[in-house]
Amino acid sequence: MKDLQTIKGAVHQDLKHDSAIKQVQGRADYTDDIAEPIGTLHAYLGVSTVTHANIRGMDLSRVRAAPGVVAVLTAEDVPGVNDVSPTGKHDEPVFPTEKVEFHGQPMFAVIAETRDAARRAAELADVDYDVLPHALDPIAAEDAGMPLVTDPLKLERGDVEAGFAAAANRISGRMVVGGQDHMYLEGHIAFAIPGEDDDVVVHCSTQHPSEAQHMVAHVLGVPSNAVVVNVRRMGGGFGGKESQMNLFCAVAAIGAKKLNRPVKIRPDRDQDMTATGKRHDFVIDYDLGFDHEGRIQAVESQFAARCGYSSDLSGPVTDRALFHADNAYFYPNVRLKSRPQKTNTVSNTAFRGFGGPQGVVAAERMIEEVAYALGKDPLEVRKANFYGDAEDGRNVTPYHQTVEDNVIGRVVEELEQSADYQARRKAIIEENAKGGIIRRGLALTPVKFGISFTATWYNQAGALIHVYNDGSIHLNHGGTEMGQGLNTKVAQVVAEAFQVDFDRIKITKTTTEKVPNTSATAASSGSDLNGMAALDAAEQIKARLVKFAAESRGVSEEAVSFVPNHLRIGDEVVPFDSFIKEAYMARVQLSSAGFYKTPKIHWDRAAGKGRPFYYYAYGASCSEVSVDTLTGEYRVERTDILHDVGRSLNPILDIGQVEGAFIQGMGWLTTEELWWDEAGRLRTHAPSTYKIPLASDRPRIFNVELADWSENREMTIKRSKAVGEPPFMLGISVFEALSMAVASVADYRQCPRLDAPATPECVLMAVERLKAGA
Amino acid sequence: MAYQNDIRFLLNGEEKTVTDVHATQTLLDYLRIEQRLTGTKEGCAEGDCGACTVLVGRLRDGRLHYETVNACIRFLASLNGCHIVTIEDLSGPKGRLHPVQEAMVEYHGSQCGFCTPGFVMSLYALWMENPQPIEVEVETAVQGNLCRCTGYAPIVKAALAVNQYGNPAHDHLTTERNAVTTRLQALATKTRIVSGPADDRAILPADLADLAQVLAENPKATIVAGSTDVGLWVTKFMRPISPVVFILHLEELKRIELSDEALTIGAGVTYSESQTAIRAGFPHLGEYWDRIAGWQVRNMGTIGGNIANGSPIGDTPPVLIALGAEVTLAKAGSTRSLALEDFFIDYGKQDREAGDFVSSIRIPRPKPGQIDAAYKISKRRDEDISSVAAGFSVTVGSDVITEARLAFGGMAATPKRAAQAEAALVGQPWGAAAFEAAAQALAQDFAPLTDWRASAEYRQIVAANLLRRFHLEHDSANDTEAAPVRLAIA
Repeated sequence: MKDLQTIKGAVHQDLKHDSAIKQVQGRADYTDDIAEPIGTLHAYLGVSTVTHANIRGMDLSRVRAAPGVVAVLTAEDVPGVNDVSPTGKHDEPVFPTEKVEFHGQPMFAVIAETRDAARRAAELADVDYDVLPHALDPIAAEDAGMPLVTDPLKLERGDVEAGFAAAANRISGRMVVGGQDHMYLEGHIAFAIPGEDDDVVVHCSTQHPSEAQHMVAHVLGVPSNAVVVNVRRMGGGFGGKESQMNLFCAVAAIGAKKLNRPVKIRPDRDQDMTATGKRHDFVIDYDLGFDHEGRIQAVESQFAARCGYSSDLSGPVTDRALFHADNAYFYPNVRLKSRPQKTNTVSNTAFRGFGGPQGVVAAERMIEEVAYALGKDPLEVRKANFYGDAEDGRNVTPYHQTVEDNVIGRVVEELEQSADYQARRKAIIEENAKGGIIRRGLALTPVKFGISFTATWYNQAGALIHVYNDGSIHLNHGGTEMGQGLNTKVAQVVAEAFQVDFDRIKITKTTTEKVPNTSATAASSGSDLNGMAALDAAEQIKARLVKFAAESRGVSEEAVSFVPNHLRIGDEVVPFDSFIKEAYMARVQLSSAGFYKTPKIHWDRAAGKGRPFYYYAYGASCSEVSVDTLTGEYRVERTDILHDVGRSLNPILDIGQVEGAFIQGMGWLTTEELWWDEAGRLRTHAPSTYKIPLASDRPRIFNVELADWSENREMTIKRSKAVGEPPFMLGISVFEALSMAVASVADYRQCPRLDAPATPECVLMAVERLKAGA
Repeated sequence: MAYQNDIRFLLNGEEKTVTDVHATQTLLDYLRIEQRLTGTKEGCAEGDCGACTVLVGRLRDGRLHYETVNACIRFLASLNGCHIVTIEDLSGPKGRLHPVQEAMVEYHGSQCGFCTPGFVMSLYALWMENPQPIEVEVETAVQGNLCRCTGYAPIVKAALAVNQYGNPAHDHLTTERNAVTTRLQALATKTRIVSGPADDRAILPADLADLAQVLAENPKATIVAGSTDVGLWVTKFMRPISPVVFILHLEELKRIELSDEALTIGAGVTYSESQTAIRAGFPHLGEYWDRIAGWQVRNMGTIGGNIANGSPIGDTPPVLIALGAEVTLAKAGSTRSLALEDFFIDYGKQDREAGDFVSSIRIPRPKPGQIDAAYKISKRRDEDISSVAAGFSVTVGSDVITEARLAFGGMAATPKRAAQAEAALVGQPWGAAAFEAAAQALAQDFAPLTDWRASAEYRQIVAANLLRRFHLEHDSANDTEAAPVRLAIA
């Protein structure tokens, strides 16, 4: 019996994404593919055409009179609370009543018989604006006296002043880091179907169904139990659908309840990009003290972020920038401050890394400053500053968490060898010394990334498992599938637990009806949290089955075990399905809800102290680039990556995450540029103007490995580590390699101080600046 | 006169006759909303992401040819007599996966899956045309497909492996080729087609003479060939464009004639269709041609449209002006030709009278001693609009520059020659000094704009540096193998 030996789809094995076959056939359904019931209406948002203004009056009569229009929704049509702010700050109206605070801000919604009719009508509003001055970036906004959107954070450790006083060298500087649009291929969409009483069901593409549910209840003024939010899958999320779907869900639900007809809302790509938030841009001011060996003695930095007009998730995002401003480096004396600055732009939001990448890229800039000041290889400076261990005492972060699982030294050392870093660097320096037009650069950068929501209460999850009496298993958990393979991994955990083939398990849509009060599928936490919750549910059912098996056969519970697709009960081996049938007939409960909460973590924000992270994930990448010093054009010649995912639940899916994150991180720092004109309009608002990497932008040679020796020292699901966000920061090696190529034109005597994104223009301007200064 | 009022085509295996097709009805909306074929996705509605990629089979000189197009900006009315193939046609619900699909599954080419059907269709077209591609050919085939999840590595691996999963000779589009050809011939229309209401009317002239007639009757009509730009007027700006005269089906505008003197290209020839002749006649344009938009857009967009559109940042005008191209305009009863550079009068203004249409472009072959180069600078190398585009044609005799044609896009309100820089070159000995002087003179030729693609300062510096690059690249003293002066493509 072959199926007795091993199961298909156990953990730690390569297994295909569970929707892959449907996806390649175009048969995987996304929200816009759901068949529309008769009577479905379509909503579209009408938006502001100015950047900052008091609304004197809004005449929507032409909108209402347009062909096909059924209704127009404004603030007056919100039955409950006119607010969708995710953190309860009450600063994000569904529809504003007094003022607009960014260009393209939603002001009203049109509901019409067709989407085309709604879209055309939405252009017809006559709004009387009292235009006010605006500020678009955090520096201009600070100068204009605009407030912060939320409380700043300060992290402090050691004696910063004494550290600077003792440091032999001191450098201060500024780095400007651009934001990033998510450019998920599927844009925002919500589809609300009204039910009886207060009920409404909303199909949508959100990473956070529970929050969408609560928001819809909130704006409708009904209890949460009247609202169901369903997500089968998303066509990409990346953080952009954590809080930003709330508005669309709210509008669809208000319309559906008001008109008692299904209402779907789907903005076009331009509105998706102008009306929903992005990665925060940052302006980082740093002051740095270091010794002659390149060891950092003191750091003082301020992280000012373009938060947009409301707080959204800017508090935790700017907090996380500080949590990662150390990257993998020990700062003996450090003071870090955030400045979550209000600006007249769309409210920025979560994006893979959640502020962390901006902290890490600033840390790497500081390393460069030290290296160029001392004439050292940046890698040498990196190594000199890596976190140590309990023995050397260099293992405490600026937020007073002790780094207990440090493997960065080993990761970097192995990559340095496998990528042949030293020999290649030497060859590149020799080649560049010939003074050619094409210069090369090489950089090896590390990443250490803290895993857990810094909002401690988010670190909980639920799951629901039904074993039907034919032995088939229905699995549901609170996480959402956006392409990362979460459903596949969680099902592997369940298959392993029951020792049944993976295809016995059906993974269904995420719905607030099955698992309540879930957290966003974010912070890379999906499999850590939901895998554990599903395992808990499986273990409960298993315990009942074991008890029943022992009782029914008169053996001890220790004599019962789950073997591939069977149970071994004493000397007897029973197929799983027939035993399930038996258990059902004997009235054993075959359904269970599981729960998990992350242990050990705590965080005191006011004090800036605690253990916000359960563990850290590590990785490193080494990239080589060629730069054309006449045009600033560049090409990534080779990238080597070694990344730590602990004991991988599914190595091939994890490699997919690492590769995809690297390319996305590279895009953030190279060609992806958000550009506002002086009037406050975002002019890069569709793929025609906003350039994410293409296949031809991939490194010409791309070697990606997982650190197969790694195992999470904490009791995570099967000792794996989270993978969603950490590898995003591997893209920084490309940015640093560009910097080295630029530095070559001034013989590496000057830190190029490249700002991000390093577009060809940015690179050429740096070349020109260094040539002029040399 | 009795016109045909419906649009007839094959959709996957089925023959469709659709009445009252509005001019601006897109193929994508027809597929998703009317046919409920939801495998084809909308990602951007501007032809830049490729999630809506489908195949269109067309008869060209009686031969059936399939090509990828962006359904989001392709108008349904333009598809009379075509075979539309969507992702749903590749495998049955319980059927075996298509080789392209199989490879994509085996190599983990999908994550969120939203871009996947579009990639499958692009790779399908590639496999049929080139079953054993090399990596750079795969990259070129998917320039018009964005993926935000995978980082592309598994998709490229899948593309390279497709042939292990099946032979295009056994694909149904190959085995049914004759039958489909016969069916399409039966659908081909010999009369004018007029469809849709007055405010959204589609007109497909029967032939070239009829086109002139239609334009005489409708002097304010919008002429649409590949709809790669006009498509966005509709999907992005909801601009009324009725009546719309579709011309991509007109065989008379599809002529390509390469002689020793010149290449003459009909205005309805797409970038893809012209590629072989362009490479043969003007080898320096081969690589440049591959960087015009993505494959889908190259299959739709025409050189005639790129010119008639009058954009200051079109890819072809600068390089064609440098080569001394002429454009021929036709209207009922007359034709006239003029130098391409004279066609562009000012921003948004061309030398085109009511009833005129661009009928062909004539590009003279290089003379002895003529050195040609084409450069495109953009934020992203592929599928991007240029911040600066340049075509240089410099003729050298006895080491002296006898003629210089330096044309730029992105530097002024129109594609424009750099008169001062040209003057700095002509009569000078070939060498760094002449090009340095020309680079300096460019500052008097242009005062470019700052926008989201590039700043004025960058445009000025790069334009000047492209002259320096041109000199370095073509100077015999330079060993560009040992010390390259620009980045290689592959």
